[in-house]
Amino acid sequence: MEFIKNIINWSSGPTVLFTVATIAFALSIKYPQVWSKKFAYILFGGMAVFYCFSMFDPNFFLIVAKPDNVPITFMLFLVAFFTWFALHQGVENDKRVAAGEEPLEKQEQDKVWVWPDLVYVELLCMVLLTIGLVVWSILLPAPLEQPANPADSPNPSKAPWYFLGLQEMLVYFDPWLAGVVFPTLIVVGLLAIPFIDTNPKGNGYFTFKERRAEIAIFLYGFIVLWILLVVSGTFLRGPNWNFFGPYEYWDPHRVEPLLNVNISDIFWVRVLGRPLPSNPIVREFLGIGMILFYTGFLPVALAWPKEKFPKFLQWMSLNNYYEKMGPARYYLGVMLFLLMISLPIKMYMRWIWDLKYIVAFPEIFFNI
Amino acid sequence: MQKVLNAFSGAWDAMTESQVWKSVFRHGAITSNRNRVLVMMSNVFLHLHPVKSRKAGIKLRYTWCMGGITFFLFLVLTLTGLLLMFYYRPTVEYAYADIIDLSEHVPLGIMRELHRWGAHAMVITVWLHMFRVFMTGSYKPPREFNWGVGVILLVLTLLLSFTGYLLPWDQLAIWAITVGSNMARATPLLGTEGPLTAALKLGDINLINSGNDARFALLGARSVGENTLLRFYVLHCVGLPLVAAVLMSVHFWRVRKDGGISGPM
Repeated sequence: MEFIKNIINWSSGPTVLFTVATIAFALSIKYPQVWSKKFAYILFGGMAVFYCFSMFDPNFFLIVAKPDNVPITFMLFLVAFFTWFALHQGVENDKRVAAGEEPLEKQEQDKVWVWPDLVYVELLCMVLLTIGLVVWSILLPAPLEQPANPADSPNPSKAPWYFLGLQEMLVYFDPWLAGVVFPTLIVVGLLAIPFIDTNPKGNGYFTFKERRAEIAIFLYGFIVLWILLVVSGTFLRGPNWNFFGPYEYWDPHRVEPLLNVNISDIFWVRVLGRPLPSNPIVREFLGIGMILFYTGFLPVALAWPKEKFPKFLQWMSLNNYYEKMGPARYYLGVMLFLLMISLPIKMYMRWIWDLKYIVAFPEIFFNI
Repeated sequence: MQKVLNAFSGAWDAMTESQVWKSVFRHGAITSNRNRVLVMMSNVFLHLHPVKSRKAGIKLRYTWCMGGITFFLFLVLTLTGLLLMFYYRPTVEYAYADIIDLSEHVPLGIMRELHRWGAHAMVITVWLHMFRVFMTGSYKPPREFNWGVGVILLVLTLLLSFTGYLLPWDQLAIWAITVGSNMARATPLLGTEGPLTAALKLGDINLINSGNDARFALLGARSVGENTLLRFYVLHCVGLPLVAAVLMSVHFWRVRKDGGISGPM
């Protein structure tokens, strides 16, 4: 039992958990037929068994049963269910289309009276929801801790749960990015979706095949970069925002060594063996070059036709999207996409090279 | 038995034939198609709906009812929030004690529970609603604008929840808001510790300092305190719900104007 728990503790560390989630996600996009009913039984059965057995562990119970964490468990199951449900219906519709039929939704085009057909469903929904909410409220009192004391900051100090994805980003980015720029970009990106996405297919019915790229990008952002980070920020981040496995005790005295270094340190000190130059622009030229490459050159280069790429990089060409979308939509879409995956890129740079900042101007709080 | 039933049906008939009933419900029993139309047209609450709807669009399998549930939770939160306002005073002196009184001295004191769990649930249902709308491609033309309204409503939901989080004035509350609002300090140009802010100078004087930066505007002070509590209370109870209500009206109206619940062309 201890052995299994240790394995789970180890595999829920940010590095392993994130890598496994990303690979599993990529596989499920490549092989969408996994979103079958059988898979649902395995997924929800597995989750239920995991939760039931884990509840006997005192450390697990302590965190999961915190009143404000209970909704996160609900969310975990709901999001898992509806992700499966949406993709399952999409895959089923794709099968129908492949067999020369129409999507299920198209077969139910005849109109029905809203009274009673819809109004009664709504009434039922309201009654059930009210009952559920009242039962929940009777069983679980709302949390109330000690009176506010500005002199005594608890450890860990956490933002409300729905912002914990952003707080998790703070590990990898400075507050101006994780707390201001990225949240703004998320909102802007969501607003821009209908204008970037010119694919006329898949409007008004579930499908996967007809919108593979759109669904993959959105799902990766929503499930892996948002929900997964919220859940791990809630359940797996303890005192000093250190990582703790689900069965580990949140020890406030655990010390994690901070060995992170900047690119300028790696280049000037480790590679060239000299002190850092005093001119900050010279000191940071490599990082500045990388950022300019990533945000300036890369979007342009990706639009080139396949022939201009070296052979082994030809799969990267987004020329067909450029042709289809036109320059304005293409650049907006690619910039938003690159900024989104800059988070996992920075995560892996941290995990592999202990990288702190790519560009560091602490003098003016401009660190990337 | 039959006699009892007859008595009931007689009483029902008498009631629905009365002048009072007819002044409220201006149509007969909803058994004819004509009355199925009239019930939608003559009721201000029901008239959000069309008279008829495509079968595929009203299936739970398709909509998950998430938008409706979100709206219903908003109504629950408005009602429970209103009741909570009878007891709660947004001052450092009374706030925490009033929260204790809510469960200790108010009969059936689960109002705060309903409000808090309903609020958490609303955040989740709003996410799932957006997820469903994305997965069915329902943001595509002609519904681009309404998707945008929805995104703003999502932000408002989070802000409503965030401002409400402070009101119990316990350790959980002030430190969550402290952590959250510390981010504002790093706003480029507008926060004391934001990039480029130091460039905003008049001679030797920094234009942006901790007494006038973005965080100060949010908190009404240099740290979470009396002013923050009042500011968040007003935003939570009046400002944000008003904006949300207006945008929800636009949202629902546009659902109808853009062709009702989405479906295959």
